[in-house]
Amino acid sequence: MARFDSVLGLIGDTPLVSIDALAPRPGVHILAKLEGQNPGGSSKDRIALKMVELAERDGSLQPGDTILEPSSGNTGIGLALVAKLRGYRLRVVMPDNVSPERRQLLEIFGAEIVSSPGEEGSNGAIRLAEKLAADDPALRMLFQYGNPANPLAHYEGTGPEILRDCPEVDVFVAGLGTSGTLMGVGRYLKERKPSVQVVAVEPPSGELVQGLRSLEDGFVPPIFDPGVLDRKLIVRPRESIEWVRRLLDECGVFAGISSGAAVAGAVKAAAQLDTGTVVTLLPDAGWKYLSSGAWTDDLDVVAERATRINYW
Amino acid sequence: MRVGFHRGMDGKVVAMAVEVRLPTLLRPVADGSSSVSAEGETVGDVFRQLIGRYPGLADNLIGEDGSLHKFVNVYRNDDDIRYLDALDTKVADGDVISILPAVAGG
Repeated sequence: MARFDSVLGLIGDTPLVSIDALAPRPGVHILAKLEGQNPGGSSKDRIALKMVELAERDGSLQPGDTILEPSSGNTGIGLALVAKLRGYRLRVVMPDNVSPERRQLLEIFGAEIVSSPGEEGSNGAIRLAEKLAADDPALRMLFQYGNPANPLAHYEGTGPEILRDCPEVDVFVAGLGTSGTLMGVGRYLKERKPSVQVVAVEPPSGELVQGLRSLEDGFVPPIFDPGVLDRKLIVRPRESIEWVRRLLDECGVFAGISSGAAVAGAVKAAAQLDTGTVVTLLPDAGWKYLSSGAWTDDLDVVAERATRINYW
Repeated sequence: MRVGFHRGMDGKVVAMAVEVRLPTLLRPVADGSSSVSAEGETVGDVFRQLIGRYPGLADNLIGEDGSLHKFVNVYRNDDDIRYLDALDTKVADGDVISILPAVAGG
């Protein structure tokens, strides 16, 4: 049945596709969950809907309210879609150095944008959003970094979909941003199949963000529980871009730059298996990253660009 | 990959030599260096040596309880040591230890 009453019904139930062309040896399988197939274009549609639904249910969100959220783009876009259809206004606090497509999409989806200093990265956006929320109690900050609805969306949606479509999963690999995907999917999978390994991949953000004043400006998302992870790897911009190109060239999968990082991690995890199955989550598709030159420009030039512009 | 100690050309015991990459934030307390060499059997040994050389690093790397500072992530060749053996993680010759501040994303 492919008929829906609303575009919000398209959120979730995303396809799982074999990318075995990138697997290191026969008997080791890698599958990618294509979250770019969500209507807003990313896995964040799931948490946007869940955060709004729970806030409506507990009464903290009323018709006509203005939602405020710090986001490097995808959560903002997901919230813009949900807000538009549910009748809320949305203000997104975003670093001023995100890719231009993210900014454009937010604007056309109807969100107001408040820019935080690019060199302060997502930490800066969070700080500014907290200040704005404190200054104006009428704003409703859903706060993806601390909202249990975030991992819940993955615990109730993404995780069960993966186990349903790939009961043989041995390792789950995903990017670490708010940690919602890893916490939600990780917990769900380990509850039902304790042998599953959960591997996080992250960009070297500390190397990309130059302006932290002190380590106390550092930030660990309140929803993050390190006990759910078995391993955490850094994947650098150059590697992410190499894999995003290979995803397209060898698998026909057109994915965003953080997906390249996830696949780099998936391939490293797969290399340690004699036989087995790795499932990795690709947060969005490549459309928002054309301006990065990831598929067209010199690799080193794009890697350098990725240290100044937020593509994660 | 050799871990622990090995003998140098003159027969003396030599600890594993690693490269430590420092984030921009910590370079001022390390004479402005972005990358320093250090030695040790474990990441903890390497940090103790660095702190001996640059005392300003102490409060930034180690928390009050003697474990890794909460807002710092440390990687041995891109593998987060908190999921290996934390400060007891063994190092090998030529390993790169990267220190990065904890930041958010999304």
